[in-house]
Amino acid sequence: MSAHATLLDKLWSAHEVYRAEDGASLLWVDRHLVHEGSHHAFAKLKARGFGVANPELTFAVVDHYAPTRGRDAIADPNIARMINTLEQNAAQHGIQLFGLNDPNQGIVHVIGPEQGLTLPGLLINCGDSHTSTHGAFGALAFGIGATEVAHVLATQTIWQKKPKAMRIKVDGILGPAVTAKDIALNWIAWLGSDGARGHAVEYSGSTIRDLSMEARMTLCNLSIEGGARFGMIAPDETTFEYIKGRPFAPQGAALDRAMQSWGDLKTDGEAVFDHDVAIDAAKIAPTVTWGTSPDQAIPINGSIPNPDFLKAGRADAARAALDYMGLAPGRPIAGTPIDQVFLGSCTNARIEDLRVAAQVLSGQTAKVPGMVSPGSALVKQQAEQEGLDQIFVSAGLDWVASGCSMCVGMNGDLVGAGKRCASSTNRNFRGRQGRGARTHLMSPAMVAAAAITGTIADVRPLLKGRAA
Amino acid sequence: MEGWRIHTGTALALPFDNLDTDQLIPARFMSQPRDAGYDDFLLYDMRRDAHGNLDPGFPLNCDSQASILVVGRNFGSGSSREAAVYALVDAGVRAVIAPSFGDIFASNAVNNGLLPARVSDADGAALLMALSGKPESASVDLETGRLMIGTMSIQFALDGAWRIKLINGWDDIDLTQRHQSDIQTFSKTRRHNAPWVWPHETH
Ligand code: SF4
Repeated sequence: MSAHATLLDKLWSAHEVYRAEDGASLLWVDRHLVHEGSHHAFAKLKARGFGVANPELTFAVVDHYAPTRGRDAIADPNIARMINTLEQNAAQHGIQLFGLNDPNQGIVHVIGPEQGLTLPGLLINCGDSHTSTHGAFGALAFGIGATEVAHVLATQTIWQKKPKAMRIKVDGILGPAVTAKDIALNWIAWLGSDGARGHAVEYSGSTIRDLSMEARMTLCNLSIEGGARFGMIAPDETTFEYIKGRPFAPQGAALDRAMQSWGDLKTDGEAVFDHDVAIDAAKIAPTVTWGTSPDQAIPINGSIPNPDFLKAGRADAARAALDYMGLAPGRPIAGTPIDQVFLGSCTNARIEDLRVAAQVLSGQTAKVPGMVSPGSALVKQQAEQEGLDQIFVSAGLDWVASGCSMCVGMNGDLVGAGKRCASSTNRNFRGRQGRGARTHLMSPAMVAAAAITGTIADVRPLLKGRAA
Repeated sequence: MEGWRIHTGTALALPFDNLDTDQLIPARFMSQPRDAGYDDFLLYDMRRDAHGNLDPGFPLNCDSQASILVVGRNFGSGSSREAAVYALVDAGVRAVIAPSFGDIFASNAVNNGLLPARVSDADGAALLMALSGKPESASVDLETGRLMIGTMSIQFALDGAWRIKLINGWDDIDLTQRHQSDIQTFSKTRRHNAPWVWPHETH
């Protein structure tokens, strides 16, 4: 490898089995994660008469349809069938399953890292677009469709054209209550929801180095909302510390050997990116979305844009979005009344997220109803040990089991038509949280502020004088 | 899956940007098996009013025979749900023409014989204009990469490998089988150089 390689180059060449004349690469897949939604892929596999090539590298988890209440008797037969189908497929092919009542169950992108299944240098696939989350470890991780899931199951490889390389460098100190979520919404608002299409994004710079693994995962998770299939961060001490002692991670001599190899997983000094972007961390404020696309986001002290002043391309979309969201142009976004809050999803339901929300909510009462669904059963357990659940419950929020829940509403946790929800999730698409639902994306701290005030609100004054 | 070279059908404009996968097929339909067809779910909520009745003003409801859709940019952004493609294919759509597509959507489309044809912003706008108000007969030629509507002839971009797959109706699994021995060799080397990739073996 030349001294001009990007992290993407290194990860790519380490997995390339074969390159076709047209430039498409056949890549080896180290880790394949499947969930209930993979039923189409298993059906395809069966129709073609194939088995699973490497069940020992394949892991299954119940998350998308996981009920967050009443797990012992699932009322909806569709949901029961989806979960049952996954259980059967896993059993039939010898795939380890994190089932509904497994103490390690949770959202696929939360439990992968938590269990030590996600490691630097791996190529990780899952039939879910937010697979980019795992790139936080310096892994080549990307979401694939059902036909591709069937292909990975059958061959443990995936055909892929190498994306271009893009670097988003963030330097400086983040202000109080400004988080990875805000960094992400910021660059997406700036570059657009297709701003990084066709690119693998590598995040670097002093701000990124200072982020915890949880925050790095949030950032890489949201890369897809800016059009990038891949988000990645070179592994460092923070990464290694996180990995040590995880159930499926290497240990002892194997870990030493692995860490030696992981040390090389970084972009060389001379490497050139196809697209380079620099962001000043100090300029980022807590950010919220006002529209129906993640790039329709503004700082909390900003005003809802007037479509008349936007570029032609964005103006029509903005008008339609404001109409759907029931918002008037030109008004400050702060103070917009909300109907409910949701704290959850693979973007922002790790322990750190719950801690910061609890810090805001401690001793307070929520003005609107809401739900807190931890990213995994282990996060739930940890939060309960720390007494965070008590803070949420005393504030009047529901403390429920782990799953995708109101991020996508497949399990029946839905936002009603016309209702406005302050949400720690990743997509504010029309109907994402339920038909006619109005979603405002924001960080967990901001969700907590929304709960207390019953409006979209700046969390910063609420945090003043509170113990960090 | 059957391959195809030329498709002639009705082209219809859906003049919206960012038609994401959640709109193409709302999540609540995705637990259905494919057998009965996904056509009814296509753009389900967008096509209907609050009472669930089809909105006669929505373009797709005026001409449900359309097999070529001309749409705005960033079509199919969002999730990896291949069901978005199933809904289009089961509704008889063979080609979608747009200035840009969500990456995962585009590869899912090709895997199901659906052409994601990329055109310039200017051509995209001209097509939407030409089709505004009424659908028209059109034809798409995969080999020449041209779309013909009335007197308009527009070049579209398509990845070379995708063109071959669509024309031949090839399935990647067939292609990959030919590299079986390469894969096995790779796997052995990987196991030797990075044993931690196999999680149960390093304990
Ligand atoms: S929490 Fe939401 S984004 Fe994450 S895996 Fe589940 S459905 Fe997908």
